[in-house]
Amino acid sequence: MEPVLLRARGVPDSRSIATYLAAGGYEGWKKALGMGPDAVTKEVLDSELRGRGGAGFPTGRKWSFVPKDHPGPRYLVCNADESEPGTFKDREIIEYDPHQVVEGVAIASFAIKANTAYIYIRGEFVRWARILEDAIAEARQRGFLGKNVMGSGFDLDVWVHRGAGAYICGEETALLESIEGKRGFPRLKPPFPAVVGVFGQPTVINNVETLACVPHIIVRGAAWFASIGRPKNTGPKLFCVSGHVNRPGVFELPLGVTFREIIEEHAGGVRGGRQLKAFFPGGSSAPILTAAEVDTMADFDACAAAGTMLGSGGIIVFDDTVDMVDVADNVAHFYAHESCGQCTPCREGSDWCMDILDRIVAGHGRPADPDTLLRICRFSSAGMTICPLGDAFALPISSIVNKYRSEFERRIASATPLPQKKQPVLPWAGPCPGFGI
Amino acid sequence: MSTRPIVAASPEALQIVTFDATMEARIAELLPRYPTRRAAILPLLWLCQERFGWISPGVVRAVAARLGESPAFVEGVVSFYTMYQTAPPARYVLQVCTTISCAWCGGRELVAHLKERLGISFGEKTPDGVFQLVGVQCLGACGQAPVIQINDDYYENLDIAKLDAILDELAGRS
Ligand SMILES: Cc1cc2nc3c(=O)[nH]c(=O)nc-3n(C[C@H](O)[C@H](O)[C@H](O)COP(=O)(O)O)c2cc1C
Ligand code: FES
Repeated sequence: MEPVLLRARGVPDSRSIATYLAAGGYEGWKKALGMGPDAVTKEVLDSELRGRGGAGFPTGRKWSFVPKDHPGPRYLVCNADESEPGTFKDREIIEYDPHQVVEGVAIASFAIKANTAYIYIRGEFVRWARILEDAIAEARQRGFLGKNVMGSGFDLDVWVHRGAGAYICGEETALLESIEGKRGFPRLKPPFPAVVGVFGQPTVINNVETLACVPHIIVRGAAWFASIGRPKNTGPKLFCVSGHVNRPGVFELPLGVTFREIIEEHAGGVRGGRQLKAFFPGGSSAPILTAAEVDTMADFDACAAAGTMLGSGGIIVFDDTVDMVDVADNVAHFYAHESCGQCTPCREGSDWCMDILDRIVAGHGRPADPDTLLRICRFSSAGMTICPLGDAFALPISSIVNKYRSEFERRIASATPLPQKKQPVLPWAGPCPGFGI
Repeated sequence: MSTRPIVAASPEALQIVTFDATMEARIAELLPRYPTRRAAILPLLWLCQERFGWISPGVVRAVAARLGESPAFVEGVVSFYTMYQTAPPARYVLQVCTTISCAWCGGRELVAHLKERLGISFGEKTPDGVFQLVGVQCLGACGQAPVIQINDDYYENLDIAKLDAILDELAGRS
């Protein structure tokens, strides 16, 4: 398909505002200011754009939840935390086309009548935070941001707020706490952020890619956007492919292509001529799919029907040399390290899974372990925790145990009992055993 | 949740730091961005880390005093995030990604090589204070695995030869 979000990739000097303007940049912003907030929201609603941050919630609907009669300020927050393992698409947009993000932020802020927007970017992305800051400064200088934007009477300030190393701050309410200068502890919902968000005011949080779609919807119309993809799963999507493929990278394709097409055609197939064994379809928080499920369509509803989720569009590919017990263990280490620690099922559950998996990997598995893992996963997910991080570790781990149980049993069959003295317990959740701790 | 070792602070590290005019000018730019002073904690800590090299107890006290918070509150924030250095770091902090895509595309081999070449483990510094090895979680660059972040910069698509060349250059600069 003709590139939309990545149209600037490979264009010389693609980041500068001059290049962006020459390609029709900020036309959407001008048009939106003429349409008025309600018409902008309606256009986005009609496009059926769904959030690209993970949950796939309809963007126009989210915007319409902001109370119309709210007397105080409202805020727009752009989520550039990009911390889901396997995801590296927002960085690609910012690297090549930061003004696309700034324009999306501006239009969304106008739609919800927010005069302040924050772009929350993960602390590690020092380079990309600078790129955004430069783009914001350029846009302000040209009068696209600031007081009385293009004579419309609308004021808008956009600030970049850097995180400082915490996966959980990608979760929208933890992110809001982090902007407020606190530890990134997710909040109980309701109230939802659209009603009580950052600084106690109505707030809309959208992912970078979601907001990057918005200028195109305004310029080219909802019908054009909805003509890409499938009904209810519309528009272009950035798929990140990593792991055992010949050409890892970010590919822009319509929602609804199959994972087979993405992996075999666009990412060049499994590397070294090996066979596909399994893949995470949407970051490591999504239940794993096997090679037999590779014809699943890559969109929100088809993934849900296959018992998994499209998540962030981060596809992690494993070839037939990979032992799935090791994968489960690496996943457990990630979530045990990243659990914020508020909820017992998530904090203890992720840690406990990690301990069991470490023990199996060390050759001391026990016959009851697979079922114990499944039990821990069951009580850590499906609403037992404040935020979905509980599900984020429980679903992939239980899917691996369920789909590759024989690999666990094989390891356990040849296991030796744990030596009499208990293994020293690591005081912290560090990298997994493959790294030689 | 960051779970870092507790390091006994030296008497100098406990001394409250002072912000000079340049620093105050940057703080003055930060504060109007937010409706509360508390919201400036993360950006001010970043400024301090840039300026003082690490977040000493004295920095925590200064940030707290400047923003009208208790040192305990600021310390709570600092200890939650992994990127604030709570002990003086080495000159080059090698943050190696240990998450899935990197782990299965050469990251383990890089770590084994780094441990051998530098003679240190995760969390340790070389005796000359030039390198420090840290295992980190997904850096959001999985398509370019394996990835190492050295201080602020990403180094991608690494192999042992490329890594050695980078380390040689950095060691030469010190
Ligand atoms: C544990 C966890 C981590 C998340 N990390 C991110 C992230 O890194 N980036 C992101 O955009 N959304 C992330 N999300 C989703 C956000 O909570 C939120 O749904 C999203 O930013 C909304 O934007 P959208 O409607 O445009 O998708 C995460 C959610 C959870 C539960
Ligand atoms: S897995 Fe290493 S950068 Fe994502």
